[in-house]
Amino acid sequence: MDTEGEGRPYTRSELMVTAAAREIRDGDVVFVGMRLPLLGFQLAKSTHAPNAVGVYELGITRDSPAPEPIFTMGDLPNLYRAQWLADTADVMGLLQQGCVDVSFIGGAQVDRFGNLNTSYIGGIEPGKIETRLPGSGGACDLASLAKRHIIITAHERRRFVPRVDYITSPGYGDGPGWRERVGLPRGGPAAVITTLGVLRFDAETREMFLASIHPGVTVRQALDATGWPLRVAPDLPHTPEPTSAELAMLRRFDPQGFWTSS
Amino acid sequence: MATSKLTSLAEAVSRFVPDGSLVVMGTALESLIPFAAGHEIIRQRKRGLTLIGPISDILFDQLIGAGCVHSVRAAWVGNVITGSGYNFRRAVETGAVDVEDHSNLTLALALRAGAMGVSFMPTRTALGSDLFKTNPSLKTIVCPFTGDTLTAVAAIVPDVAIVHVQRADEFGNAHAWGNLGVTREACLASRRVIVTAEEIVAPEVIRSDPNRVFTPGFRVSAVAHAPWGAHPSPVPGHYNRDHQAFLDYQQDSQTPEAFTAWQARWIEAAHHRDDYLALLGDRRMAELRLKQHALAEAVDYGY
Repeated sequence: MDTEGEGRPYTRSELMVTAAAREIRDGDVVFVGMRLPLLGFQLAKSTHAPNAVGVYELGITRDSPAPEPIFTMGDLPNLYRAQWLADTADVMGLLQQGCVDVSFIGGAQVDRFGNLNTSYIGGIEPGKIETRLPGSGGACDLASLAKRHIIITAHERRRFVPRVDYITSPGYGDGPGWRERVGLPRGGPAAVITTLGVLRFDAETREMFLASIHPGVTVRQALDATGWPLRVAPDLPHTPEPTSAELAMLRRFDPQGFWTSS
Repeated sequence: MATSKLTSLAEAVSRFVPDGSLVVMGTALESLIPFAAGHEIIRQRKRGLTLIGPISDILFDQLIGAGCVHSVRAAWVGNVITGSGYNFRRAVETGAVDVEDHSNLTLALALRAGAMGVSFMPTRTALGSDLFKTNPSLKTIVCPFTGDTLTAVAAIVPDVAIVHVQRADEFGNAHAWGNLGVTREACLASRRVIVTAEEIVAPEVIRSDPNRVFTPGFRVSAVAHAPWGAHPSPVPGHYNRDHQAFLDYQQDSQTPEAFTAWQARWIEAAHHRDDYLALLGDRRMAELRLKQHALAEAVDYGY
């Protein structure tokens, strides 16, 4: 009997976490970021990707889900029976070598080429700074060095801007060839999972396009919430809904709905 | 005979954290954050500090709010579970505090360069990013061997590293375990090290397991006994993260007035860490203590 999953419809956050989990392939080395990705990794690990390995910037590598719900990657259950407890430079070294298949980051501002800003809204000079955000943390490293990275963010016009005010975490810069020109060794954003849909990047133009739309959301809503003329995939599919097994698992990892209640 | 370095936290901060110091803290990232030492810095009204650290959770935000800080060299300043650090935001937006924007990797490498006694370390991170515009410690260079473009990260040599760990002896030899972040680099790079510890133990305990020592005791300037000294951050082997404290702090720091009230209650009225723990209360401390122990197998260092 599925007492946890039955009866209660999924929330938008649960759909987003599920979409994030599905970006993880079995056997992937995953650099796990803060908040929703913590759940995404636990979910993938417990469903379709049992052989995935999680790497955390604090210096943690683990190949099993944490035994209890966690709110942050530093929670002690996330250290219990870890594969490796080490230094930040050690796990960042794995990333820099090219050992990390996929990583997850969030952002306040994202542009059409997937550049991400989590530092300054407005300018960088005192008096011109409208909002100072927390900064990179490990996000710049993940965007620079992972084989691919996934961006998770709310889909709002003030966030989806033609050009970010500050590149904290590099995407495709100003388009094709930019990453190679500046010297980045690999990678780039593979997907942007938002509150409205999932966006991907054109292999030639490197521009973001709407690849799927969440059930109950209209294309118009997505276009209106994007600050440039957003291209839309032909025969636009719906983002797959979480299965009841996925939902039940998610609700075990976040029993109070701390991350996924809305 | 070696001289004891055991002292009170107040004395350690008073002697080894003069105004204007470059201080590295929060080196294990989300755990083992030296909150008791940070609060003592606020209590002693230190001024003009440069704070160095990867992500400090809310400790840097508290020191900034209390007016102790001139500049920050960090990858991230905020509240891990809720997002923004409001004192940090206000201080940067008004120009009261300067920021050198790092990533976790560039900050780790800046300290590693300091620890290695070289002027910079190369990396492939951050190329093409705007970190270069707000961090004069980052420059691009051409690798003399491959011709690749690389990021050079200038060394950081802090005046003092303040670390909180599980156990130390009175001579500055100490054990830390769990994820250690940039703790090793930070201690080796710094001119002085202050260790605060959950437990002060006999030197034989530390000597029995030298692999767990994160920096040699001869580099340590002071050792202070500080039970619950990392609260509300977690300490492996001792207590869990106090999530509620971080959630409450979001409200308590949203306005300057709210922060002043927080500071009055949790720092100014608490003249000593014992007062802070009394405010916290036995019941809450009991809830945070480990419920499930997990001891490692002993290892043999014999010959």
